[in-house]
Amino acid sequence: MRVLVCVKRVPAPGAKINVTGDGLAVDTTHLGFTTSPHEECALEEAVQIIEREGGEVVVLTLGPAEAEEQLRYAASVGGTGFVLIPNGGADWDPQRTASAIADAIRALEADGGEFDLIMFGNESADAGGFQVGVRVAHKLGRPIVNGIKGIEVTPEGFTAHRAIDTGVEVYKLPKPAVMGVKEGINLPRYPTMKGRLASRKAEIATMELNAPAGGQAMLKLHRPPEQPSTTEILGTGPEAAAAIVDLLDELGVL
Amino acid sequence: MSILLVVLEHDRGDLPVGSLEALTVGRDLAASMDASLEAVVVGDADLTAVAGEYGATAVHQVTNEMLADYGPDAWGEAVAQLVRSVAPAAVMAVGTDRGNEVMAQVAARLDLPFVANCLSVEAGDTWSMTRVQWGGSLLEDSTLTADTKLVSFAHHAIEAAPGGAASPTVKTFEADLDHSYTATMITDRVVLASGVTLSTAPVVVSGGRGVGSEDAFAPLEELAELLGGRVGCSRAVTNNGWRPHSDQVGQTGTRIAPEIYIACGISGAIQHWVGAMASKNILAINTDSDANMVTKAGYAVIADLHEVVPAISAEIRRRRGQ
Ligand SMILES: Cc1cc2nc3c(=O)[nH]c(=O)nc-3n(C[C@@H](O)[C@H](O)[C@H](O)COP(=O)(O)OP(=O)(O)OC[C@H]3O[C@@H](n4cnc5c(N)ncnc54)[C@H](O)[C@@H]3O)c2cc1C
Ligand SMILES: Cc1cc2nc3c(=O)[nH]c(=O)nc-3n(C[C@H](O)[C@H](O)[C@H](O)COP(=O)(O)OP(=O)(O)OC[C@H]3O[C@@H](n4cnc5c(N)ncnc54)[C@H](O)[C@@H]3O)c2cc1C
Repeated sequence: MRVLVCVKRVPAPGAKINVTGDGLAVDTTHLGFTTSPHEECALEEAVQIIEREGGEVVVLTLGPAEAEEQLRYAASVGGTGFVLIPNGGADWDPQRTASAIADAIRALEADGGEFDLIMFGNESADAGGFQVGVRVAHKLGRPIVNGIKGIEVTPEGFTAHRAIDTGVEVYKLPKPAVMGVKEGINLPRYPTMKGRLASRKAEIATMELNAPAGGQAMLKLHRPPEQPSTTEILGTGPEAAAAIVDLLDELGVL
Repeated sequence: MSILLVVLEHDRGDLPVGSLEALTVGRDLAASMDASLEAVVVGDADLTAVAGEYGATAVHQVTNEMLADYGPDAWGEAVAQLVRSVAPAAVMAVGTDRGNEVMAQVAARLDLPFVANCLSVEAGDTWSMTRVQWGGSLLEDSTLTADTKLVSFAHHAIEAAPGGAASPTVKTFEADLDHSYTATMITDRVVLASGVTLSTAPVVVSGGRGVGSEDAFAPLEELAELLGGRVGCSRAVTNNGWRPHSDQVGQTGTRIAPEIYIACGISGAIQHWVGAMASKNILAINTDSDANMVTKAGYAVIADLHEVVPAISAEIRRRRGQ
């Protein structure tokens, strides 16, 4: 089984997201970076699939040179091939991103054979445009379903489970297929010491690609207005229980 | 007159409230564009009456035997064909998983930009919009330049309200779909949840890293049960394997809106907060009075949750004479 996972490098903010002075980016001065959670789970799922079926997991990212960090992390948890499409440090709109990723996939397939499964996150953690995977699948002429929280490999292809509020929708996809995965499909592993050491030696292929800009242009980022809040302290120990139960009673939930 | 198409998300005729939100937003948007508001119903579902109540002057019934159930490729292709035929000024839907998926499919097929999860839109030659990033923690101002504008509106951003009552003309559009579109049709459904779910529970008792272990959730379970609520948790908890991901509240978990959210040992990271902020009341139980959850909550107890949570249950039982 040959699997491709597309991951995006995103900042990991804590209690607040700060924006740079020009409003064009998240202020990452004091922040670390991570892989979008849905995509971390997509990678884990891909690694579990090849552990069962044999094969390879290629991990691809379009981003700044520093996105090498996310590819090395992917290497430490079981990825086998790594591709970086440099974006020159400035983010690309979703159409441009999808075109470049589709071109990269065509080149990778011409070289190493078709991917049986291409995985995306349902949406990226930062911009959350809900579209890059769908656009790539369409360019490649392959079926795609988003929101996937369970994958089974079958002789014909894949059975995929999509989580909805009340349960699960079941899809049966032929090979080759594309899926948008959601966090919760699995519990991603932590890197082992051996994995970490090996990841330092992982070879990362760089693919210089470009594509025309699409029709969406970002002007600026800003924080939503904060609700002014005052906190009423009901107590500093178990004796607060009486005040809490009074409150529950007042709210009619008792 | 130009046309604003609103794609109504539905599941075999069941119309989620999000579709009514889309019509509600669409009504004002169409007025500002001097466009007619027209609904798109994929499949045979008869939603004409409700579309009319919310102001649609026409309903495009997109039919094909393959559209009896949902499939993203089939729905996307069918709507894209309708768009080519009707040449609307804009197409919109609600920004649910399914709504965004269909719009992305349409955008991919027409090679047009698509802006997901808008909060407000100013129509014009080029559109200006504010949209949601980071699941709601950050806002983005963008512009959209395209012959046909494709957008979705953030779910729950506005309240659905009927208005502009019309008796829509029904226009049938037969989509041309070949067998390949069956590849992504729903083949089966499994119903898991019954009764109150995390997203509909009136009370959510949630635990974070401060709870400490899987077993230490037992007192939270007990309290939730006494209040007819559900147990939730933070991502630190799911990452530790203490609770299933279906309990996770937040950007990549469930968005909740209970009467009261009781957050125990949760620091209140922004990605957790966006899932909880629609709660009508929040009570934070935390040893750290500076924790974000505490400073943002309406009520707080600064103490060890392991002492406070059992004391609440005991007090409830005492008052109930149990
Ligand atoms: C400084 C800055 C400027 C920006 N300027 C613009 C702008 O002018 N116009 C605009 O439209 N947007 C802009 N953006 C947002 C832009 O970065 C989008 O995030 C990007 O185009 C990808 O779309 P998405 O993140 O919405 O992906 P989604 O469609 O939400 O992503 C779905 C899935 O696609 C995959 N994926 C997405 N991006 C990548 C990637 N880079 N590498 C690998 N896989 C990926 C992931 O698997 C992801 O889960 C800007 C962002 C920043 C921070
Ligand atoms: C893209 C992205 C998406 C994310 N999505 C989500 C999401 O959907 N949901 C989510 O929850 N997180 C999400 N996160 C993770 C988030 O950033 C935080 O890491 C996480 O919410 C922290 O969980 P926590 O509050 O339980 O743990 P911590 O931040 O470690 O907080 C523990 C708290 O417990 C308190 N405490 C400790 N002991 C006690 C005690 N005995 N009694 C009372 N209080 C005590 C401490 O004072 C502290 O405030 C996401 C992160 C990223 C980058």
